[in-house]
Order: sequence, then C-alpha cells, then structure tokens
Amino acid sequence: MAQPRSGRLLFWCGRLVVVAVLGFMILPAVVVGIAAFNAKALLSFPPQQLSLRWFVNVFTYEDFQVGFRNGLLVTVAASSIALVTGAAFAFVLDRYTFNAKRVVEGLLLAPLVVPHFTVGLGFLILAAQIDMSRGYGVVILAHVVLVLPFVLRSVQISLSNLNPKLELAAASLGARPGRVLLTVTAPLLLPGLFSGWLFAAILSFNEFTASLFVTSQQTQTLPVAMYNYVREYADPTMAALSVLYIVATATLLAVANRYLGLGKVLNVEHTR
Amino acid sequence: MSSIPVDAETKVGAAPDLAAAARAQDLAVRLDGVTKRFGNTVALNDAWLQVRRGEFLTLLGPSGCGKTTMLNLVAGFLFPDNGEVFIDGALVTDVPTYEREIGIVFQNYALFPHMTVASNVGYGLKARGVAQREIAERVTEILAMMKLAGLEDRKPGQLSGGQQQRVALARALVIRPKVLLLDEPFSALDKNLRSAMQIEVKEIQRKLGVTTIFVTHDQSEALSLSDRIAVVSEGKIRQIGTPQEIYRRPANRFIASFIGEVSVLRARLERIEKSEAVVQVGAASITVPAGPLAGQSPGITVDLFVRPEQLCLASGDVALEGQVATTVYQGDHVDLYIDAPAAASTRILMRLPSHDRVPGAGATIGLAIGGHDATAFPAVES
Ligand SMILES: Nc1ncnc2c1ncn2[C@@H]1O[C@H](COP(=O)(O)OP(=O)(O)OP(=O)(O)O)[C@@H](O)[C@H]1O
Ligand SMILES: [Mg+2]
Repeated sequence: MAQPRSGRLLFWCGRLVVVAVLGFMILPAVVVGIAAFNAKALLSFPPQQLSLRWFVNVFTYEDFQVGFRNGLLVTVAASSIALVTGAAFAFVLDRYTFNAKRVVEGLLLAPLVVPHFTVGLGFLILAAQIDMSRGYGVVILAHVVLVLPFVLRSVQISLSNLNPKLELAAASLGARPGRVLLTVTAPLLLPGLFSGWLFAAILSFNEFTASLFVTSQQTQTLPVAMYNYVREYADPTMAALSVLYIVATATLLAVANRYLGLGKVLNVEHTR
Repeated sequence: MSSIPVDAETKVGAAPDLAAAARAQDLAVRLDGVTKRFGNTVALNDAWLQVRRGEFLTLLGPSGCGKTTMLNLVAGFLFPDNGEVFIDGALVTDVPTYEREIGIVFQNYALFPHMTVASNVGYGLKARGVAQREIAERVTEILAMMKLAGLEDRKPGQLSGGQQQRVALARALVIRPKVLLLDEPFSALDKNLRSAMQIEVKEIQRKLGVTTIFVTHDQSEALSLSDRIAVVSEGKIRQIGTPQEIYRRPANRFIASFIGEVSVLRARLERIEKSEAVVQVGAASITVPAGPLAGQSPGITVDLFVRPEQLCLASGDVALEGQVATTVYQGDHVDLYIDAPAAASTRILMRLPSHDRVPGAGATIGLAIGGHDATAFPAVES
C-alpha cells in the first residue's frame, strides 16, 4: 500500500515537530547539566575540559550549607503546617454547605493571583511592625500562605475522588464515625495528603521571590543564597547546583512513584 | 403510551388496616406515612410500606420516583421529615445507621479498595468486636457459600464484576442483618452475568431467609425475582402485591402501562355485576375486573388494556380489525405490530408462538381477546 508522497512528507514533518518540541523541553536542563562539568571558571558551552570541582564547591561553600539547612527547616515546617490547615479546610469545604463557602474558598486560593513579591513585601512590613523580622517565623508563615492553595487543591481532589458510598457502607456494617474515619476515610486520603505535602515541599524549597524579602543573612534559604552567589561570581557552581537539584527532585519523585504510583502522587488519576 | 396519567383515586398501600397491625410481629420493616423533601422536591409523600419477615420485596418505579430515598430511610442514611421507620418492630426513626443492623449492596458495590476480600467481608464483624477466630471462621464460611474461596487475599481491583458483587453481598450477609437492602445491584453487570447473578442472589436469599428490599426500575427483573412488588411513583406506593397480581390486576393506568407491555383499545362499558364488569369492544364483549370502574355508569367509553399474549387471531365477532405493519422474529415467539384505527394506541402489539402460521406484513387480520386478564379504566381525554 503505497502512501501518497504528500502523506509521507506530512508524516515525517510531524515526527520532526514532535522530536523538536520534546528536545526543546529538556534543552535548558541538558545545557546546564553539561556546563556544570566545565573545568574553567566560565559558564561557556560546550566545555573544553571536564572537572568535578564545582560540585565540590557547592558542598563546601558555607552559605550554601546554611541555606540548605534553613531551606529544609522552612520547607518541612511550612508544608506540614499548610497540610494540616489545608486538609482541614478542604474537608470542611467538601462536607458542609454554608453561605460564605465561595468566599472562604476564594480567599484560600487568593495567593495564586497575588505575586510572590507582594506576599514577601507584606510580611516584611508586618514583621517589622512586631519586630520579628529576624526570625524563621515570618519566613515559614510566608511560605505557608504561598503553598496553601496547592495543598488545598490536592486534598480537595482526593476528597472528591473518595466514593461517599464507602463511608455509608462502613456505617451500615456497624462502624461508628470514628472507626469509619480511621479505617476507611484516612487510609484512602493518605496518598492525596502525601502528594499535597510533597508538592508544597518542592514549591517551598524552590521559592525565591518572597523569601528574598523576608529572610535575613541568618535565615536565608538556598535559592536566596544562590542569588547572592551569582551577584558575586559567574562560575559553573550554579550549574552544578542545578544538576544536584534535578537529581534530588527526580529521586524523590521516583521513590514516591515506587511506593504510591506517580498518578496518585500527582493526583492526576481518577480512582472512582 | 407514554403519558398516561395516574389514577388520583387509588388508595392502595395507604393507611394500615387493623389485621396488618395485629401481625406487626411478622413485619421486618415498616414505613409509617413517611415524607421526605429535598428543598422543593417532595421525594416521598406520605408513603406506607410493610415488609414481611423473610420476604423478597421489590420497590419498582420509574427514575426519580423515590425508591432510593425509601431505601436510604430504612438504612438511616436519611431521616424523614414526617412519619416513622420501624425495623423488627422497634422504632428506629432517629437511630443512626451503625446501630440498625442492616446489610446494603450498592450499584457499584462500594468495596473498600485498600482492603483484601477477607478484610472487606470481615469488616462488619470486626466493628462489632467479634473475636478474631470467629471472624476468620465466619468469613471462610460465607466466602465458600458465595463461591469465592481462594480469593481471600485479593484486592477488589483484582476481581471481575461478578466477583465484586459476590464480595459485596458476602460482606453484607456475614453480619446476619435484620434486613438486606439492594439498590439496583445488577445494573452494572452485562446481560448474561446479570441473569446468572439474579438467580444466585435469589437462591441465597431463600436459603438464608433474610428479609430483602430490592430496588429496580427494570420491571422484568422485578417480576422474576420478587415475592411481592411495591410499585412506586411520585413518592407514593401505588400498588403492592405478588408479581401475578401486579401483572394481571394492575390497580391503575400507570401500573398497567409501566409493568409489561400493553396496548390500549377503546371499549364501551355494558354493565357492572359485583366484582366483574362487561365491556363491549368491537363485535366482542369481554369481562374485566370491576374495581377500576366502580361508580361508572353503563354506556361510557373505557380504555381496555391488553397484554400482547392475550390477543389472538380470529374471524367472526372480532374485537378489532387491523393491518399488520411489521413482524419481528424473537426466536420462540414473533411480535406483530398492528395498525388499528379504532384503537386508542397508535400501534397494537400481539405475540404469537413462532411455530404458528404468522400473517405477513400488509395482511388484514381480525383480533380477539382471550383469557380474563384484560383490565379496563375510565377513558381520559387526551
Ligand atoms: N440529596 C438530594 N438532594 C436533592 N434532591 C434529591 C436528593 N436525593 C434525591 N433527590 C430527589 O428526590 C427524588 C427521588 O429521588 P430518588 O433517588 O429516591 O429516586 P429513584 O427512584 O431512586 O430514581 P432512580 O431510579 O433514578 O435511582 C428525585 O426527584 C431526586 O431528584
Ligand atoms: Mg435510585
């Protein structure tokens, strides 16, 4: 069955476009990845000689060590607080109808439309008023506000995926509400809760704009430390750090995928 | 036949009589004048229902008539605005679901997806604090009975539709519920599996003698499974009786046209004699139950509802003449669609055994009405 020539041409052009788009998606990561191994103190491409010296620099540069520790602290605290708050709100929004429902939901999702620097600036002004601008508290609070919408959405999706008949079936079998919550509702929501937490953690750990406003020299997170670094140096350390970021995130997702399934973790699977 | 109005007069299923009250101990479930509204929708409007111990009772009615609402009231998922609910003679109107000792199987089974078959089935026993050993024994026993032995460690996602249904049934039955509630449990199964499961469920129900309330809008399912059928429409129970009673003596036009296939002929009321009435249709006169025609005077026009198998080919004093429009071969029988200008329905359906000589399309034929199962109702202006 001979295809007409125009058909074949279209077929190959189509393939080319697909390959080009896919290549374009990962191009930045590939370029940066290669640049990280440059032996010279230049962000040039492609590198002439290869070396691991910038990776060593990442681990030994003190501001990065501090930034990493601060970032981890802020991330864990902020996403945990956001998870508890977000899950509680999502549950109330899912199970009850009340007048101000729309307003409450709107307010909780509002940080999606407020620019990060506005949130940062706001907290900076507030913190200065009550003299807490030097501590971790304000950084964590700012992050909670920024990641809360994502946690809320994630838990809302898991809740709407949860078949309400399951809880009714459990009740019909003689289970009191507490037992239903522990044996049916909670186990089925767990992947959603975890994915919400993971999302929040990744966002928080990478958050830069608002952090720039609310952190100090002592409380600066890794992205802020990186920003300060590039203001002084233009060597491939940043590229090396990028590679580490990518590897770490990919490992995290791979592990989550192994134990929960990525569809569930990213909450894109409909289970009902 | 779509928009036949419901007889406003019908009182079937309303007001409990004294004899029934005396038999109260035999009743597994009782709804006393329950009303349930959702905003402006009245889902149930003063519904009375009495389910006898051990019987298989079907709630049959069109979509949105309130069947699920009725079941949910028995289950305790909803609470009535008016009226009372009794289970096993005890008032349970305000008792929460988990204290009612009911078993329920939903349309999509609602098995716990994160638990094995054994944990699903054992869930109710565990919630009751039954000892671990006894749970294991009773679960094994019911799984064997449901032909599920060997599947204990599977998750619901690894089971076929029929197996999931059996697990759901086992889970509901293992707690020995006072009443088993089934809300359209077969509608998610394909046709062959459905009839196999229907037979199985019926057998198990009979074997265990568990009182069962079954909800469906499939009338053939209702006719074949039930000890009694309660026909529901617009939030009320319109008639309750054995499948034969419902099919042969429908209480009103709605039930006559909702259950089984039916054609409507025009007839004239001749006279009423006690429990029987005689109507003239074409050149034939036939007897019908007098109930639906009570109080009507001779001479009025009535609508005569006939089933396809009640019509037969005839010559001489025929009830009706018509022309065969289409014949449809159905294996063991043939359906004939007949155009008859004198009838109230636009098309008359009759059914002949396929080994009979069947007139072809275009043939003009005479029809007679056999048996005593036709029913007449006062005609309505359309
Ligand atoms: N939670 C609810 N909120 C509002 N209206 C409801 C609710 N549940 C039922 N209704 C309404 O009550 C009426 C009866 O509903 P019900 O579910 O009992 O019908 P049904 O006989 O089970 O129908 P189907 O055969 O389609 O399942 C319908 O008009 C329905 O729209
Ligand atoms: Mg229903």
